[in-house]
Amino acid sequence: MSKYYLNYLDELESEAIFVLREVWAQFDNPVILFSGGKDSIVVAHLAKKAFHPSKIPFPLMHVDTGHNFPETIKFRDDTIKNLGVQLIVGSVQESIDQGRVAEEKGKNATRNALQITTLLDAIEYNKIDCAIGGGRRDEEKARAKERFFSHRDDFGQWDPKNQRPELWNIFNGKHFEGEHFRAFPISNWTEMDVWNYIKRENIAIPSLYFAHEREVVWRQDSWIPNSEFLILEDHEEIVTKKIRFRTLGDITITGGIESDADTLEKIADEVSSMRKTERGNRSDDKRSESAMEDRKRQGYF
Amino acid sequence: MLDNNQLLRFTTAGSVDDGKSTLIGRLLYDSKSIFEDQLQAIENTSKKKGHEGVDLALFTDGLRDEREQGITIDVAYRYFTTPKRKFIIADTPGHIQYTRNMVTGASTANAAIILVDARHGVIEQTKRHSFIASLLQIPHVIVCINKMDLVDYSEGAYNKVIEQFEEFSSKMLVKDVRFIPISALNGDNVVNRSENMDWYQGAPLLHTLETMHISSDINKVDTRFPVQTVLRPQSEEHRDYRGYAGRVASGIIRVGDEITALPSGFTSKIKSIDTFDESLDEAYAPMSVSITLEDDIDIGRGDMIVRTKNQPETSQDIEVMLCWLHNNPAKPRAKYTIKHTSNDQKAMIKEVIYKYDINTLDREKEDKQLNMNDIAKVKIRTTKPVMVDPYRENRTTGSLILVDDTTNETVAAGMII
Repeated sequence: MSKYYLNYLDELESEAIFVLREVWAQFDNPVILFSGGKDSIVVAHLAKKAFHPSKIPFPLMHVDTGHNFPETIKFRDDTIKNLGVQLIVGSVQESIDQGRVAEEKGKNATRNALQITTLLDAIEYNKIDCAIGGGRRDEEKARAKERFFSHRDDFGQWDPKNQRPELWNIFNGKHFEGEHFRAFPISNWTEMDVWNYIKRENIAIPSLYFAHEREVVWRQDSWIPNSEFLILEDHEEIVTKKIRFRTLGDITITGGIESDADTLEKIADEVSSMRKTERGNRSDDKRSESAMEDRKRQGYF
Repeated sequence: MLDNNQLLRFTTAGSVDDGKSTLIGRLLYDSKSIFEDQLQAIENTSKKKGHEGVDLALFTDGLRDEREQGITIDVAYRYFTTPKRKFIIADTPGHIQYTRNMVTGASTANAAIILVDARHGVIEQTKRHSFIASLLQIPHVIVCINKMDLVDYSEGAYNKVIEQFEEFSSKMLVKDVRFIPISALNGDNVVNRSENMDWYQGAPLLHTLETMHISSDINKVDTRFPVQTVLRPQSEEHRDYRGYAGRVASGIIRVGDEITALPSGFTSKIKSIDTFDESLDEAYAPMSVSITLEDDIDIGRGDMIVRTKNQPETSQDIEVMLCWLHNNPAKPRAKYTIKHTSNDQKAMIKEVIYKYDINTLDREKEDKQLNMNDIAKVKIRTTKPVMVDPYRENRTTGSLILVDDTTNETVAAGMII
């Protein structure tokens, strides 16, 4: 007997492709926000599938904090070449140089919050009406309330209490001049789904996700990589460990975990037995209970 | 997880008092879907608030206002996986003024869990939730009779609720209703079989969710393919390719099928069904594919490809069960944008036939004003024909939303009768 139902990964893939095609049909000037992290890589892969045999009909956009892992930038440039699409870069360094934002001070200073201004400026400058992101609802409690099509006002702000209801698979992307949308095609995917999909599709990801030897320092319950931006405290010591990263953000705030998982199979096995959330190693989320909600309201990813 | 595991989406209805958050917390906790750092955060908050033990309900709090006010404001989505299935929970607030959120959560669900407090039995809110589940044609309803620990795990209390439920639900159109006695607080019959209720022979909740048959939930008979966009690659290799991209709404499409494009009525045959990975002989709901035809006919977004022998109704006048979602009431004879599959056009609410009193489920014919959370049967006139099926036969081609052009907000959800 032939089966006429999809398994969960095929259903998630089909749903994401449907959302991507809706974005293309409903907006004039969409982009994919591409960080070089696994979620945005999966979104780019899904977009390639959604529009085949055409190329992805819109650009990728990277908000460059200047605090990158070198591996991520190389991976970004290779991806752009393979997909044959245009890359738009919004630079936090430029925002700082132009006086649009000021660098945070102190040992825990990061450029994480500064990205909001750069992102919104780039959206305005490039007249983008929909920024497609790799956000997932299982990541964080504020993200659990996100829509597939999420409205942003003309200041780029999110109003979580006043969201448009989203029924069936009918998405309302209607907006006024100056407003924009964020679209999240992989809203319903979990971290495990993403890894199972990467494994199944054999999608290339940055080497940082695989276990490797690296100079690190123990800080806030995770291994922070050594870099030109790291300011060492007196009691801290740089050691070499075999680690890998579960998420990729700025090199200054992304902590690694000790791991021997150096293949996709081993990573998927490791993730399925993990007892901590992936963002548990992100110091940007640890600032307060509503750190993510507050940033999202202002216009964060 | 096995390769053929399916995805089941369910919604939960019930107020905080019914123990809904505790039930979700329990499902996630006992299925080991709560992570250590999340549990740690909940333990800290429980301690801060002076609660005894871990308050599992805290796990479902999302926004800052919700934590402060101790209520759920909006639909939140939760995920968990067992070796048998992946689950998506649309966690919706149960309070009366949030009918719109319940409707939203129910719109994509295969199953609804309706919580009843064993001490209070079926109350008006239970009726309201069941009515919405029936209206939204959720294929499976599970009535969880909760707080069995507070009625000494009595079979009599359980049977009384079933009796009450069946009495009023006979008028509704839910195909599959099941009853499970549980204690979300203590975990009885949620993930693990209760040792306190030997008289209950059925399966615990999780096992029920893992094994219920959902492959037939999607209409596999009436082939409907709403076109989202046209793929025309400007490349050497695919110069003449013209693919109609979309997601199969229902039914099965096969290469060679004789099709009609609506609303134009032009006919052709399916030449190929393509995906990035391969070309297929057939595609079925809910697959996303690209279709090419034997003939060069004019088709674009908003059109629908159907089998010539099995066509939907094409009409400008439709009767719809409408749920009003917005603070601003419906404006009489005002124009709205109607969004139905990939088709957008202008429409007008011509007449409110009757409104439901959501508490008594009586039909009200005098009061014609549509306010937020109202459910009414209305007549809608569209500027061009729409291709529709009754909602009870097809949840995709039978559903629509209305958008207010002055605010661009979604103001109503409709189910075609």
